Amino acid sequence: MHELSLSSAIVNTVVKHAADRPVTAVYLRVGALRQVVPDTLDFYFEFVARGTVCEGARLEQELIDAVLHCDGCGHEWRIDIPAFRCPECAGSEVHIATGDEFEVEAIDVEEAECIAPR
Amino acid sequence: MHRTKVRIVEDALDANNTIASANRADFDRAGVKVVNFMSAPGAGKTTLLERVVTDLPGVRVGVLEGDVEGSMDADRLAHLHIPVTQLNTGAGFGGECHLDANMVRSAIPALPLDEIDLLLVENVGNLVCPAEFRIGEDARVMVSAVTEGEDKPLKYPLMFRACGLVIVNKIDLLPHLDFDLDKLLYNIDVVHPDVERIVLSARTGEGVEAWREWLLRIAARAPEGAVA
Repeated sequence: MHELSLSSAIVNTVVKHAADRPVTAVYLRVGALRQVVPDTLDFYFEFVARGTVCEGARLEQELIDAVLHCDGCGHEWRIDIPAFRCPECAGSEVHIATGDEFEVEAIDVEEAECIAPR
Repeated sequence: MHRTKVRIVEDALDANNTIASANRADFDRAGVKVVNFMSAPGAGKTTLLERVVTDLPGVRVGVLEGDVEGSMDADRLAHLHIPVTQLNTGAGFGGECHLDANMVRSAIPALPLDEIDLLLVENVGNLVCPAEFRIGEDARVMVSAVTEGEDKPLKYPLMFRACGLVIVNKIDLLPHLDFDLDKLLYNIDVVHPDVERIVLSARTGEGVEAWREWLLRIAARAPEGAVA
């Protein structure tokens, strides 16, 4: 359900950078820990994009695995379930190496051709 | 026309976080600590506020009530004679299910910041979206009622990880439920190791003292960036 709010956040970010140029694609990096359902995000994005420079733009979602790093023992591991205690030393000083991204990496925009004087 | 790729690399929630920082600066200037109070609908947020807000010596409390519609919660708090400000999210498209930094920003002029030391923001009942949107708070608290089941931390890790305190409420109902409290506490630890937890019943008052003391600690905390 948070895909609707997240779609609005994406569109707002893109509009800021598009400088009124029509956007044909949005490249998004989404970490596994963000609990985003890709199809649902596509659905809402298409909807929220209407009437903005993003209208009709393709949303390219790159999914990033969740990898944790234990600051106590240095162990690094990939998780499929949200378990944040280190399986090696049972420590809790664990940080997310990757997997909490939700960033607009790039956009494709249409530029008007410069008309060269003859 | 030709196509150009523009590199951006920006967290899509940066805009919200920027406004949250501005809110935070306003609250810091006014010397007001802010607690963002979240849970699923019906976990007991309003009752937990009623329990403690008039019993915090030396701390003047205000409440900001976030609801999709109506002012039922604000009305419930009216008899406590503390400033309560209602913020309805119903009008905004895509913003109905949570408070975001901009909504709180729009409410700041209506808040009596000069008359309070601690602002308790009761977020919209929802375990998903509120976890994503900072509002400029000093601390985030969530309430999980034992009627919700032991598996909730595993289903809503974003929320359980977003909070510095997890309150387990309605323990007076334990004798009537097939509910394993140890299993819930274990699951909270799996998702957010070492997070602070308070187990209580807002109805009977058992454990509420720890919640009261926690709020007093937050209210006494020096503003971030202050010289010690």
